[in-house]
Amino acid sequence: MPRFPTLTFLLLSAAGIAALAEPRKFDLPAETGTYRSGEGSQLAQTFCLNCHSTEYVETQPPMPEKFWDANVKKMKDKFGATLPDDITPLVKYLSANYGAPAAVR
Amino acid sequence: MISKPFSRRSFLQQSALALGGAVGASAAGEASVEMPFANGHRRLVKFSQKREMILLTHRPPQLETPFAVFNDGLLTPNDAFFVRYHLSGLPESIDAETFRLSVKGLVKTPLSLSLADLKGMDSVEVVAVNQCSGNSRGFFQPRVAGGQSGNGAMGNARWKGVRLKDVLDKAGVSEGAKQVVCDGLDKPVVPATPDFIKSLEIDHARDGEIVLAYEMNGKELPMLNGYPLRLVVPGYYGTYWIKHLSELNVVGETFAGFFMSIGYRIPQTPGGCVEPGTTPTSTVPITKFKIRSFLTSHMDGDKLNKNQEITLRGIAFDSGAGITEVQLSTDGGQTWQGAKLGKDLGKYSFREWTFAWKPGASGAASLQCRAFNRLGETQPTTPLWNPAGYMRNVVESTSVTIL
Repeated sequence: MPRFPTLTFLLLSAAGIAALAEPRKFDLPAETGTYRSGEGSQLAQTFCLNCHSTEYVETQPPMPEKFWDANVKKMKDKFGATLPDDITPLVKYLSANYGAPAAVR
Repeated sequence: MISKPFSRRSFLQQSALALGGAVGASAAGEASVEMPFANGHRRLVKFSQKREMILLTHRPPQLETPFAVFNDGLLTPNDAFFVRYHLSGLPESIDAETFRLSVKGLVKTPLSLSLADLKGMDSVEVVAVNQCSGNSRGFFQPRVAGGQSGNGAMGNARWKGVRLKDVLDKAGVSEGAKQVVCDGLDKPVVPATPDFIKSLEIDHARDGEIVLAYEMNGKELPMLNGYPLRLVVPGYYGTYWIKHLSELNVVGETFAGFFMSIGYRIPQTPGGCVEPGTTPTSTVPITKFKIRSFLTSHMDGDKLNKNQEITLRGIAFDSGAGITEVQLSTDGGQTWQGAKLGKDLGKYSFREWTFAWKPGASGAASLQCRAFNRLGETQPTTPLWNPAGYMRNVVESTSVTIL
């Protein structure tokens, strides 16, 4: 009978190695966010979503237009994002929909 | 002053969640928390290999640890450990058999090491805190751009792997080496976006403290925490802890990549801070943690009974000098008393502290904690500020009511 334990051991080892060898994959849940509707939202849908999900905008503090201008410029100049030559309409959209309420600007 | 990661409401939401209640559920039935700052609404989402975590961003993934986890034990479970990526180009899959770490540049023998090669070398274990540079950024005033974390972009784990020093010695560092440039498998989605690459000074890289970890709390690393190999740089902010570590390039100059020369820099001032709202005149790369401490056993809004002794509990950590003392104030910072320090898991670990307290008077009470280390450093009573929202370490306050 000594061969059987050896065989069992080998089979278990082979199974163990197979389990270890299985490549690991990212299994990320589907994104659910969309940009708020408003004039210019299509710009955000078209360009911002290339590199990141909507929460990158959604969770930013409610700040005035110069904040959004600085950040769109950062995406364009420092992070090499594909963006229109004139970023003003996108900045206006972000500021109007995610910026500080007019009362505190 | 609000300095807890959760408002009372969100605590109720979390409790309700645990009880299967609906308090924290949106119309869509989705669990959420409210961080105590503007635009602090966060969904609770379950990613693969993770429990329900605070969703900061989906892609690239940024998940924050629910703060209650820090009261469960000194080691943060793998499925609750925070996640922070910079780039959306995550590797399709990672095969432990074909994965290789390349060691190149100013070395006598360039190497291509498999996981088996690394596991065949002398192993080392270290308990170390990893903390995002921008942990607690949401509390900055004035607010700043970036990932708007509460206090949960930190965690403490037991890391096992090989010393970076040993890997470099195996390759043989050549004359003139100045830095080790470290890259992982995550990549940008647009070619013009700079890759996330970090560099370490050669003396730091060879001091024996840095580990290439293939195990976290006794298990393989979760994908989202850098499987199968990540850099563990004890005492240094998480930006250096490269995930899916695939390349070490020894260079003879100061690496000028974006995430060293433009990103992740702090004001070149004592304390790395400037007047709130101002721009520093010069900057340097961020490096070591500032000393911090937290109360974990109680939250803003908790109600306690007069004349009934309770135990306040929390954590403290620094960059490795070693925590020597934690002090508690139950009167809003007017008087301080020493807390009892718990088991020492190593100088880079969270250190537990406890403090027995019998509230003597009814009404509102402000609980504060502050840590001291071997260098005599402690925490500031007013928050330090810098434009990137890094290194927050103000004395935390928790408001409770004594009944």
